[in-house]
Amino acid sequence: MSTVWFVLTRLARDRSALIGLALIALLVLAAVAAPLLATHPDDVFELHPSERLRAPSSTHWLGTDRMGSDVYSRLLFGARITILIGLIAVGASLIIGVPIGLVAGYYHGWVSDALMRVSDIFLAVPQVVLAIAIAQTLGPSLPNVILALSVTYWPWFARVVYAETRAVQKEAFIESTAALGASPWRLTVLHVLPNIASPIIVRSSIGMGFTILTAAALGFLGLGPPPPTPEWGRTIAESREFLPDAWWYAAAPGLAIFLTVMGFNLLGDGLRDVLDPRLRRSPARDG
Amino acid sequence: MAELLSVRGLRVDFATDRGPAQVLDGINLDIAPGEVVGLVGESGCGKTTLARAILGILPQGAARLRGGEVRFRGTDLLTQDPAVVNEQVRGRAITFIPQDPFTSFSPLFPIGAQIMDLMKWKSPRARGQARPAALFGRYPRARRRADREAVLEILRAVQIPEPARALRRLPHEFSGGQRQRLMIAMALLPEPDLVIADEPTTALDVTIQAQILRLLRELVKARGVSVLFTTHDLGTAHELCDRIVVMYAGQEMEAAPTDAFFGRPAHPYTRRLLDSVPGPDGLIRDIPGEVPSLVAPPPGCRFHPRCDHATAECRVERPAPRALTDGHEVRCHHPVDSPAGGSG
Repeated sequence: MSTVWFVLTRLARDRSALIGLALIALLVLAAVAAPLLATHPDDVFELHPSERLRAPSSTHWLGTDRMGSDVYSRLLFGARITILIGLIAVGASLIIGVPIGLVAGYYHGWVSDALMRVSDIFLAVPQVVLAIAIAQTLGPSLPNVILALSVTYWPWFARVVYAETRAVQKEAFIESTAALGASPWRLTVLHVLPNIASPIIVRSSIGMGFTILTAAALGFLGLGPPPPTPEWGRTIAESREFLPDAWWYAAAPGLAIFLTVMGFNLLGDGLRDVLDPRLRRSPARDG
Repeated sequence: MAELLSVRGLRVDFATDRGPAQVLDGINLDIAPGEVVGLVGESGCGKTTLARAILGILPQGAARLRGGEVRFRGTDLLTQDPAVVNEQVRGRAITFIPQDPFTSFSPLFPIGAQIMDLMKWKSPRARGQARPAALFGRYPRARRRADREAVLEILRAVQIPEPARALRRLPHEFSGGQRQRLMIAMALLPEPDLVIADEPTTALDVTIQAQILRLLRELVKARGVSVLFTTHDLGTAHELCDRIVVMYAGQEMEAAPTDAFFGRPAHPYTRRLLDSVPGPDGLIRDIPGEVPSLVAPPPGCRFHPRCDHATAECRVERPAPRALTDGHEVRCHHPVDSPAGGSG
């Protein structure tokens, strides 16, 4: 608990991390409180053809789209999808990538080589291309987008964890602990893993931004969840034919994606600085 | 005397780009109960590798065991089930004091957490209890309290100020000397039979070195613990050890009680080594030649290219260890100035 508090107070002193944290807080707030904040909560599914392509006004803060739905309200509900995709895809990548990286990093020999070559094959193909191929094959739907992103993002975790495990393994305290009779399980789970937690956390934060960006790209290409889901990437794709007149239609989800990705990247950079254990004080003096 | 630890003909290779390097080349080593043995040799002669081989923590991938045995109280640790060795020997009967106290604690956890974690599994009071199989086993409260008392007591013994508060501190809040004293405390806590100390003072400055060595000797003598102490410093070995073993290119060259070792060295290498310590005249007499390549070691006696006494025999045939008087052993065809020796 004191560690979490410590990380937060230090983050608060880093201006860019603070901006990142604020942007993410805003995103989470939008997603959680979407039904309360939305001015036209029913517009996610309701059409008002007579109201289509209205410019921003006091009734429609961010204008309306080609179906006459409120852009602002749809944006808020879109945040839910964005967070859902990001969390599940990054979570699944963690669950797949971290154990693979740990095993490959801890053991030397053909097991390690085989695991790393498999992840190299995934890394050799650009993630977007691979995700497009998978999403296209499975058909456009929300679960398939999440699956495509998870399957293509785990090698990044495997790589980071592998490299960090190899580095930590050379540390004297791992050798000392092994000399005291700790089993390989104990060494990796209780000693290696906590010592490589910072790069994993940083990678997760940046991965959230990256995954959300790729999800938007899939949505833009029509491989995301089908309409009328208020997915941001799809909304931008729909808006193209009404540019530049209906500028708000594309600008709102575009800005939302931009700010979200920037938020996660800024937070990731801030965490990288804060999580250095040498900057920590002992819990004894925290009061 | 029944030996506590007996290493016989141990051979370890390291894979290198130029072929296998014979880092340990049939080395023998004996340690009696309660004995402090100094393992002396130049850098790269295999001291650390021997310490690691006894503990069974040779680097994966690079090192390969080629033969020999490491008998501890009669059983060969090399052929025993690794899980059993992990549970009953490593950290319990044999403990380890590492070379570098600065990086030998995990930087993330308070000292107390790391020491208590060791005690949870390896406390002398845990002996005979059924060991929980899980990674996160339960720590019985009564034993935890007793273990904590033992920890505080030993922290006082190694002169850590305010032991109870020290347990809550992180490793980087201690000085190098304090961290090495904590390492010594940790090595003694499981009440082992043997402590392997791998150059425990090389990372520290000279005044702290002497202080820590004195402390270490007091503590092990009071407890009757055997120590294998590796060092490249003959002065340190003289101060601390009951018996000294000299290592050269992966083999033991001479083993003798400390007095005999410094008084009547029998191996030409030992003599050169003793001469190379700067004396009061300030002259340093180094040993001519170079430490031999371990990939293609010289045939016969490993030391013959640098030896004044080398004969044709030395170039061809590897000398076997031979016993002189009083536990004095030497691996040389022509031991110097000794009753059992040859012409020299």
